[in-house]
Amino acid sequence: MADTTLVVAVVIATTALIRASGPVLLGGRELPERVNSVIVLMAPALHAALVMTDTFRGEGSDLMVDERALGVAGAGVVIALRGPLLLALAVAMALTAGARAI
Amino acid sequence: MTPSLNRSTGSEQRRESRRAGVRAGIPFALAAFVLAVSFGVVAEPVLGAGGALALSAFAFAGSAQFGSTAVIASGGSAGAAILAAVLLNSRYIPMGVALAPSLRGGPLLRAAYGQAMIDASWAMAGRAGGRFDPDFMVGATLPSYPMWVGGTIVGVLAGDLIGDPAALGLDALFPAFFLALLLEGELRTENAPWIVAIAGAAIALVLTPLTPPGVPVIAASLAALIGLRRSVPGEPEIEGDPVG
Repeated sequence: MADTTLVVAVVIATTALIRASGPVLLGGRELPERVNSVIVLMAPALHAALVMTDTFRGEGSDLMVDERALGVAGAGVVIALRGPLLLALAVAMALTAGARAI
Repeated sequence: MTPSLNRSTGSEQRRESRRAGVRAGIPFALAAFVLAVSFGVVAEPVLGAGGALALSAFAFAGSAQFGSTAVIASGGSAGAAILAAVLLNSRYIPMGVALAPSLRGGPLLRAAYGQAMIDASWAMAGRAGGRFDPDFMVGATLPSYPMWVGGTIVGVLAGDLIGDPAALGLDALFPAFFLALLLEGELRTENAPWIVAIAGAAIALVLTPLTPPGVPVIAASLAALIGLRRSVPGEPEIEGDPVG
């Protein structure tokens, strides 16, 4: 188990520093376009990876398909139909919990 | 719904900007509350009540909180959890650079404005010509903060009553939330980075059975190197993350 106190403290500190870095250090200057192009794409790459690992990771490092996949798929349908975020989250919970209860 | 930026506005107009921001931010604050409840429930057994509350109160960064907690919950190291949070937060660098020219005051005030930067508020505060309305952004963030902290408190306290979060399907909220970020924001753009998302997902899936927890997510960030081949990255029209 990781040292959670360390993680909490460092995540808090780095979040504040990162949020302040642009406004304080860089002022109005732009990052080099190539660097910016990579940084902007960090979020989709990481979020897609988190969708996969949080949906399909089983015990340990095994991949598995369980009720979470149904819930996440349902949320995806709601989002694709431009439904509200809250509805998508509710559908994810309801489908997952419902499938487990059956 | 969103007033146009006028740099010569007086204090009354700036207050009106903040009020308009507050009104625009309320729907995201409601989403933030639900997510924060789930964060509290899921994070309390992993980080403890104090750790979960400290993250919500002082980091106030949904993606990084969920991401780092998920890494630890799956047995990842402290370094992997911190790196995941830093990588998830790295988008605030270009966001802050974009915001900076629109900010008044000295470094401390500008740093304070930076702390109010969460995805949805930042996106809604964007104006013509690449300018931003910082007061609108602050207003749009204001409702989310108490809802985020309050929701975390509810989640931490309700965790004992709920028992197994899986029975309520709470473990599906993490991936559903990240999917919403992808489909609502990052992939709903003119130059949607689908190939980056698909590559990141593929890297994570391939590495999950082969590497320690946390590594697949961090390795997936390499997919962003595709940006070196793109001259104009996709810019989100709005992101769905209520709290960064």
